[in-house]
Amino acid sequence: MTHHIVPVKTYAFVFAALLVLLALTVAAAQIENEVLNLLVGLTIAVSKAALIMLFFMHLRYNTFVIRMAAVAGFFWLAILMTLTMSDYLSRM
Amino acid sequence: MSVAELPRRHYLNANYNIWSWLLTTDHKRIAILYMISLTLFFFVGGAAAILFRLELMTPQGDLLISETYNRLFTLHGVVMVFFFLIPSIPAVLGNFLVPMMIGARDMAFPRLNLLSWYLFMAGGILAIAAIVGGGVDTGWTFYTPYSTTYANSQVMAMAMGIFVAGFSSILTGMNFIVTTHTMRAPGMTWFRLPLFVWSHYATAVIMVLGTPVLAISLALIALERGLGVGIFDPKLGGDPLLFQHLFWFYSHPAVYIMVLPSMAVVSEIVPCFARKRIFGYSFIAFSSVAIAVLSFLVWGHHMFVSGQSVFAGMVFSFLSMLVAIPSAVKVFNWTATLHKGSISLETPMLYALGFIGLFTLGGLTGLFLATLAVDLHVHDTYFIVAHFHYIMVGGAVMGYLGGVHYWWPKMTGRLYPEWWGRVSAVVVFVGFNLTFFPQFVLGYLGMPRRYHVYPDEFQVLNVMSSAGASILGLGYLIPLVYLLWSLKYGKAAGPNPWNAKGVEWQTPSPPPTLNFDETPVVTEEAYAYPPLDESSAEGEPLEPVAN
Amino acid sequence: MNTHLAHHFDDADQQFDAARLGMWIFLATEIMFFGGMFVGYTIYRVNYPQAFAVGSSHLQLVAGTVNTAVLLLSSFTMALAVRCSQTNRRTGTVFLLAITLLLGVVFLGIKGFEYTEKFATHHVPGESFSLSEPHSSPVDPQHVELFFSFYFAMTGFHALHMIIGVALVTIAATQAWKKCFSAEYYTPVEITGLYWHFVDIVWVFLFPLLYLIR
Ligand SMILES: [Cu+2]
Repeated sequence: MTHHIVPVKTYAFVFAALLVLLALTVAAAQIENEVLNLLVGLTIAVSKAALIMLFFMHLRYNTFVIRMAAVAGFFWLAILMTLTMSDYLSRM
Repeated sequence: MSVAELPRRHYLNANYNIWSWLLTTDHKRIAILYMISLTLFFFVGGAAAILFRLELMTPQGDLLISETYNRLFTLHGVVMVFFFLIPSIPAVLGNFLVPMMIGARDMAFPRLNLLSWYLFMAGGILAIAAIVGGGVDTGWTFYTPYSTTYANSQVMAMAMGIFVAGFSSILTGMNFIVTTHTMRAPGMTWFRLPLFVWSHYATAVIMVLGTPVLAISLALIALERGLGVGIFDPKLGGDPLLFQHLFWFYSHPAVYIMVLPSMAVVSEIVPCFARKRIFGYSFIAFSSVAIAVLSFLVWGHHMFVSGQSVFAGMVFSFLSMLVAIPSAVKVFNWTATLHKGSISLETPMLYALGFIGLFTLGGLTGLFLATLAVDLHVHDTYFIVAHFHYIMVGGAVMGYLGGVHYWWPKMTGRLYPEWWGRVSAVVVFVGFNLTFFPQFVLGYLGMPRRYHVYPDEFQVLNVMSSAGASILGLGYLIPLVYLLWSLKYGKAAGPNPWNAKGVEWQTPSPPPTLNFDETPVVTEEAYAYPPLDESSAEGEPLEPVAN
Repeated sequence: MNTHLAHHFDDADQQFDAARLGMWIFLATEIMFFGGMFVGYTIYRVNYPQAFAVGSSHLQLVAGTVNTAVLLLSSFTMALAVRCSQTNRRTGTVFLLAITLLLGVVFLGIKGFEYTEKFATHHVPGESFSLSEPHSSPVDPQHVELFFSFYFAMTGFHALHMIIGVALVTIAATQAWKKCFSAEYYTPVEITGLYWHFVDIVWVFLFPLLYLIR
């Protein structure tokens, strides 16, 4: 399972999806609502990143340990973000 | 015991020219390179400490002006933390032993391993340049806005030095993780790994996920100082406290980069010199991992009085208490291992026992500091200084010295003089406590840290502390002398002078370049010391006389 | 025998797995490196939402969008380059790596063009920073300056990573050209690819957070 070869078609689909998402995010940036704007922007960014990681970076086909390495990076970032914000959001 | 001889060919005499050292990819030689450079840094940092301890003998500032004093304690902090303690056990003992303990021929990435030493040296040279060019007066913590705006010392060079050295730490951590995952010998399952490896794995997780945050916070300081990109600048509405968040996100777990490897060493030494299987193997293993994770949840306890919200203070206070649990699990398990063991007090064991005691004291005073109300009273006093020295010197350095003695025969093939070893261990223990115990009292009485003058009533305790520091300094010099002496005159050790269990003891001392003549196959758990009642009479504990 | 097998590994698979795991761990490190800036960004955006919107409106949306497309395309060509080396197509590998390289340079060119414009309009943080907003604007120019501090720190470090990426791709392309790789051994292409995709992902987040604020 080490050298999984992904069909070109899959890559092409992913790339097309990425371009569609890019168009979507630029269009969605017209949303006037501050929170909604950010939410849509981030959701699309996360989806794009997920597509790139799962397919282009072969995370979908990789071992458990490698997936854990990727997850650890984001998990630790979440720790940094959450606990720091727990300070800023609760300041008077 | 039959007279041992050194093997004819080993990693030290494989070849002699200088390039075979400077371009080596042998993890054992890289460990030696680290050991030599770290020793130099240790004595540089120690010299600074001796100077300011001398100044603190009297309440007035008669030896140093405050400017120089500030630069000296910054030098001491930066050099000791970033250029000695953080790499100490991982880069020397970990580098040497992790591949050997899992039965591998080398680290997974030998060239990155060498690169990490060069990065470390490059960072070190930058730091030395900063010192020679006038030093830094911010303290090792580089708090903004002082470091970004007001300090007119060599902040840039020093920050760069630490930034570069940080990458050496990241590479070391990466190597440990990948090596442990991919290079284990046949039969070496995860639960047969020595606890040394588990602890280093946990340390590596911290190195890999914490160090980049230190790197970015220092880089942002450099950007603000150098290019006016003012992210922490309060004049623009920036928040200097953000720097503290980022800095402590790394620098609290960094304490565990120092202590976890020390715990690794103690977990090897205690079963060997108690001749007993370690008590609660999986508890110790998982507590290492728990410490690595929990250590990232507590950094705000450094910021209780710096303007952080009360709510965050409460959260961090609570979380800080939690780290005590896995730490205590370890201490209890070591103690339980000692229970009814056949204990012999060779030098490594003396250091290990010293570690357990001092770490416990340091850890318990840490609980005082994690308590919001108590911290208000002792924050920024000598109480803090004493607390973290109990962890970082009483813990980490004791562990390092214990480990160096324990594996010295493996690394060099020769025995150090045991009597001198025991003397030095006792001198270090006494000197350490005399230096730092009075500082708990000083801090509790209210003496703030980082001042070179103080009220007269604090003099007695300060003199005690300075006297202790000179004893401690002596205690560090003795091993330097006899270890160097043993390189030439020490008795040949043989493969396993301690009759210890573990794959690393099955190969000759010093080991061949590829560690093992043939790849070991592991068939038993770690620390499989035979049960005491079956072993020889000398291992038998004395029967109590009829009561 | 495989000439690329280092002495301390048992077989090529072990070596490949080690390299890939090592790279992923390094990428986790990189997440935390950029993460520090993302956390800072979040705090300031929460504190000064209007100033960030004003700052964002001064960025060139077209340049940013084009650059995003360029990077996404380069990730696509990179993925195909890795695939070519997996299937032993040397010219394909070299060609696709060269395209990737070119796209990377285009990205940096557009970024350079944007930076120049920022210098010309005094939107670079520091002594010379100035903002030509109407006086009635409720936004504190210094807070907008903070936005630009983040803009330059984040895109600057991203660009630095792009430069390193371009160098890595160049090396991989040269090695591929010199027939260093085969379907059994193409680790450098794989590793470079992972790095390249990661840098792309960072941009995927930077783009909405910097260019698309309302
Ligand atoms: Cu702490």
